[in-house]
Amino acid sequence: MKKLKLVMVGNGMAGVRTIEELLKVDPSLYEITIFGAEPHPNYNRIMLSPVLAGEQTLEDIVLNPYDWYHDHGITLHSGKTVVQIDRTRRVVRAEDGTEAAYDRLLLCTGSTPFMLPVPGKDLQGVIAYRDIHDTNTMIETAAKHRHAVVIGGGLLGLEAANGLMLRGMSVTVVHVNAWLMERQLDDVAARLLQHSLEERGLQFRLGAQTQALVGGEDGRVKAVRFKDGTEVPADLVVMAVGVRPNTELAEQAGLLVNRGIVVNDTLQTVTDPRIWSVGECATHRGTAYGLVAPLFEQAQVAANHLAEFGIARYLGSHTSTKLKVTGIDLFSAGNFMGGEGTEEIVLSDPRAGVYKKLVIQDDKLIGACLYGDTVDGSWYFKLLRERCSVADFRDQLMFGESSRQSSALKA
Amino acid sequence: MSAIPQETRSTCPYCGVGCGVIIETRAHAITGVRGDPEHPANFGRLCTKGSTLHLTASAAVTRQTRLLQPLQRLQRRGPPQPLAWNAALDLAADQLGRIVHEHGPDALGFYLSGQLLTEDYYVFNKLAKGLLGTNNLDTNSRLCMSSAVAGYKATLGADAPPASYADFDHADCLFIAGSNTAWAHPIAFRRIEDAKRARPGLKIVVVDPRRTDTVELADLHLAIQPGTDVMLFHGMLHIMLWEGWTNPAYIAAHTSGFDALQAVVRDCTPTRVAEVCGITAQDLREAARLFATSPATLSLYCQGLNQSSSGTAKNAALINLHLATGQIGRPGAAPFSLTGQPNAMGGREVGGLANLLSAHRDMANPQHRAEVAAHWGLDQVPGTPGKSAVEMFEAAADGQIKALWIACTNPAQSMPDQATVRRALQRAEFVVLQEAFASTATAEFADLLLPATTWGEKLGTVTNSERRISRVRAALPPAGEARHDWAIGVQLAHRLEARLRPGQATLFPYPTEAPEAGVEAIWCEHRESTRGRDLDITGLSYALLDRQGPQQWPLPAGAQTGKARLYEDGVFPTPDGRARFSATAYQPVAESRDERYPFSLTTSRLRDQWHGMSRTGTLGRLFGHVPEPAVQLHPQDMARHQWRDGELVSVQSRRGAIVLPVQASTDIGISQACIAMHWGSEFLSGCSATGEALAGVNTLMPSTFCPGSKQPELKHAAVRISKAELPWSLVAMAWLPADQALTVREQLKPLMAAFAFSACVPFGPSGPSGPSGPAQGERTGVLFRAAALEAPPPELLVQIEALLGLRDTDSLRYIDAQRGQRRTVRVEPQGEDIRVTGLLLGGDTRAEVWLKTLLQEYLPAQAYGRLLLSPGAEAPVAVVSQGRTVCSCLGVTDQAIEAKLAVCQGPDEDRLGQLQGALKCGTNCGSCVPELKRMVRLIKPVTG
Repeated sequence: MKKLKLVMVGNGMAGVRTIEELLKVDPSLYEITIFGAEPHPNYNRIMLSPVLAGEQTLEDIVLNPYDWYHDHGITLHSGKTVVQIDRTRRVVRAEDGTEAAYDRLLLCTGSTPFMLPVPGKDLQGVIAYRDIHDTNTMIETAAKHRHAVVIGGGLLGLEAANGLMLRGMSVTVVHVNAWLMERQLDDVAARLLQHSLEERGLQFRLGAQTQALVGGEDGRVKAVRFKDGTEVPADLVVMAVGVRPNTELAEQAGLLVNRGIVVNDTLQTVTDPRIWSVGECATHRGTAYGLVAPLFEQAQVAANHLAEFGIARYLGSHTSTKLKVTGIDLFSAGNFMGGEGTEEIVLSDPRAGVYKKLVIQDDKLIGACLYGDTVDGSWYFKLLRERCSVADFRDQLMFGESSRQSSALKA
Repeated sequence: MSAIPQETRSTCPYCGVGCGVIIETRAHAITGVRGDPEHPANFGRLCTKGSTLHLTASAAVTRQTRLLQPLQRLQRRGPPQPLAWNAALDLAADQLGRIVHEHGPDALGFYLSGQLLTEDYYVFNKLAKGLLGTNNLDTNSRLCMSSAVAGYKATLGADAPPASYADFDHADCLFIAGSNTAWAHPIAFRRIEDAKRARPGLKIVVVDPRRTDTVELADLHLAIQPGTDVMLFHGMLHIMLWEGWTNPAYIAAHTSGFDALQAVVRDCTPTRVAEVCGITAQDLREAARLFATSPATLSLYCQGLNQSSSGTAKNAALINLHLATGQIGRPGAAPFSLTGQPNAMGGREVGGLANLLSAHRDMANPQHRAEVAAHWGLDQVPGTPGKSAVEMFEAAADGQIKALWIACTNPAQSMPDQATVRRALQRAEFVVLQEAFASTATAEFADLLLPATTWGEKLGTVTNSERRISRVRAALPPAGEARHDWAIGVQLAHRLEARLRPGQATLFPYPTEAPEAGVEAIWCEHRESTRGRDLDITGLSYALLDRQGPQQWPLPAGAQTGKARLYEDGVFPTPDGRARFSATAYQPVAESRDERYPFSLTTSRLRDQWHGMSRTGTLGRLFGHVPEPAVQLHPQDMARHQWRDGELVSVQSRRGAIVLPVQASTDIGISQACIAMHWGSEFLSGCSATGEALAGVNTLMPSTFCPGSKQPELKHAAVRISKAELPWSLVAMAWLPADQALTVREQLKPLMAAFAFSACVPFGPSGPSGPSGPAQGERTGVLFRAAALEAPPPELLVQIEALLGLRDTDSLRYIDAQRGQRRTVRVEPQGEDIRVTGLLLGGDTRAEVWLKTLLQEYLPAQAYGRLLLSPGAEAPVAVVSQGRTVCSCLGVTDQAIEAKLAVCQGPDEDRLGQLQGALKCGTNCGSCVPELKRMVRLIKPVTG
């Protein structure tokens, strides 16, 4: 019989993982077509930082080489951006006119970096940090220029800053918040992080409001000016102040969008059950995830339904973070800031540069923030996801799974 | 720093043995001390306390613990403010003058000390009884020796121990009653050990409710029930009479009143005595036999007899035995009272008690009063009886005594019934404390604090237990603005004379600007007062003391040497020349055990501490033997109540309560408890449910005193003991620079009242402080232990951490506030090792067992990492402790000794020899030898 047509828009990690999961379950159900805006096969976006840092090459981070698509009989249109979905005819069209009809459509358009709306944001040398192109731009700039400013002291910004520093640039990280990575770290851990990054040579402007990017005659950015009037020199400005889900296509197709493309527990869009969406472009139960782990969980569920098993449900993810800066171990998960009705256990070993904070509520671990020693991160993350009571080993909790076992043996 | 050491001969300021010391000084600093080989009391030996004297006089200790300038407290409990000496003395004179004017001289109370020198005493005695005209002058000898005084006077007619230490070598039976000589008079005990070694035939009987180290040397131990001594002695006499072991000839020739005594002892049958005393009739009989039939019997006794509501009767009943058997006036035969303090004897010689006058004269005797008035150039001295220690503080608490002048003693630690004593100190209008140390419990109550000189600075004379007068010499000038006690008295007297007898010649013509001349002038005046008295020393002079060394009294003009032994002629200083038997019937303790207060609490001394520890308490190493306060109970009592070692209990008497850890000990009997008398509120405190600070062990003791001697019963109280439910516990300890540690302890002391239970003590390195350890004196440890119903506010713990240097950024921390868990560990690199140098455990303190060892023994800790913060008694990495210090001098621990003894073969004597040959323990001062012997006995060699 004639195969169903599955079209995927977006050739990124979440989407391709969905296809992989699907092929595992049922390799023969679909005739698959993939559109990808970037002129590359699917690569590991989160490994761009090691590439920038010169620790890995682009080849190293390719997840699915062209052969993979070919071997699985997948039609890949790379470097082609889809600009229209015709839900009546069930056809998608790329900007070059390429069309593909679908029975089922998978939207994995990902997200775009948010650019601060400040004067000079369009100057030459002002970029975001998102893909191989940005990464190459940074590598090239680092070879020619001296001063770099990274706006945004989050995960991505710090990785970019670290990479640029390792490529020989003098890097200043500008962050509007009082401490770095406020979404992943509490202030104590953040200061430890900042301290060790400063020791490596990074400079920081915390609580700094960027007012404008100052350009030179050559039309290239030459400095960043702050609200307090001060400036720091910059031949390169990298904006890493967050991302926006790519939803133009979905909106124009009349799908319900609320920050991201709204999907249900089967990852089908609430507007059109023929259309699935996973990844950074999707909003599930009000959350659009930006980290890879949840997206893979989504992929599994989406694939399950595309394969017409119809049993899996996606209930949302707990997220945990690791910073990919060699020599810096940090881990955080859940509600590590604590607050009303929560209890904290804190351990610090300044000499060893270690800080650990566990947040507990109703005898359950609800958050963890580890710096310097993240060995037990996975154990805490497990306890956190399983929501099991830690009451009977609370006093050992901080000392890791091993001490719990040893104390259990003693008992 | 000059390399040429100066040497000064003086005496030890601790117990009444009165050992001679040679103080080594370099460039105005005391750098060493050793026993004076020529001093007849110790012939060069010193005990753990004496041999560490120089450490208590170091610049660091002086700076941190001494009172160095006059201070005035503008409001009670407030911080005292410095003022000039002249202002201080004027203030004192104004206040005393005013009170005398408004209320009469008996509104004043002078409370002095057996640690003052004879010259100090003489001046204050003359000041109170001569110049001011009140007999309200008493001393802490009242808590110590007054029963011995009363006992001697009631029987032999004079306050004079008739024997010498040399008699140890002539005795065939040593009868030690109510004295833990091994710990309280160590050098005397060394001489007893020598005597026993030289003549193994010497029989030693020890009478003590507790199995003390002294018992280790005993052939017979009578573990009598507390306070039943009189019954025992009467029972022994009963048997002696029955067996015909008495000496009728001696009784007939030299005594009176035997018939009355016979009537009293008649119904003290062996059966009844055995029952009352809790011993077997056989032991009773054996004790009587040894005492009566040995060729020469010497009895030694101390606080066990004295600190009792029937102290006089106990002393007299024992002396009865000597008289009835003629065991007196011969070599090795005498009742020998061991004096507690270094100069209680000298104090009494100048009449330093409320009922005495100079040279063993009696205030009650008009003839004596006239003699003293003449000697002082006064018309009269007052005849109204003065108030004894307990009465004085009760009178102050009742508002009769308006001013208290306290010198060189610490009543807020040492007096019984602390509640009353502290009420007295609060109610009195004017409290003056003349002290060498700044932070005794009493100092908190003083309106005026006058800095006095102390050991190493003082000069004058002292008299020890064997009536031997020694020169005390200054090795250093006074510290800070400190002045000699006698000089303070003289300068106060001059001001008072200006107010009370203006225009007349001074009664105190002693040059304070020339101390040597001053003390000699005072002493010569005292000497003159002894002419013709039992203690006549008119043949003695400072020059002779310098030339021929210490001398025993009497030494009348013309005599070449003093008298080693009294009453050899059988003539006693009584009207008829006969000794008098004392026919006092047995009285039980003031408070008998009952169902509400089922335990007999006795108090004891520690081997390495002395009195209130204002001096010994400055040395961490002296806490190695007994590190912290505890109440000892018999293991069976512990089991019955299901208490475990270290658990906190509340010990309550009718007067108050304290909280401290319980400790199993087979040294005491069932239904008995024992707490060392040293643990005052400076080291052991806490807060009652009603919010008052707990005042240490003497809170519990009764002020009930002996009618004859007015000495309170500090040795026994009926108490109840219950578990203190204080689930939240804290232990914080750290090594600190020696020049800060004691200051930190002072700053921690005010925090003690913030917990239901608290103790704060210094500590030293346990075991030999090897190269890894700090050089002696370089660092001192401070430990703070506490417990409470619930976790205190974190600020308080932060404060404690700050004081102990645990707030530095390198400390490891674990905090689980909701569970009241807080652990902080300070680590420092030492060489290639990481060592724990400070810690605080709040909540779950079980980890103390291994963490404390890591800290105190400088064990490498790099293997632990963050596990230093892990909870529980089980060390994450095995810790090998060196154990508890047994030999303080050479830092040998019990574990080292046990290990060695396991391989020492042969009879016990040889094994002890092998042990000492290998580890050198007990080869310096020997204070731990009795304990070593006990260990030799208990730890058998591993055979095969």
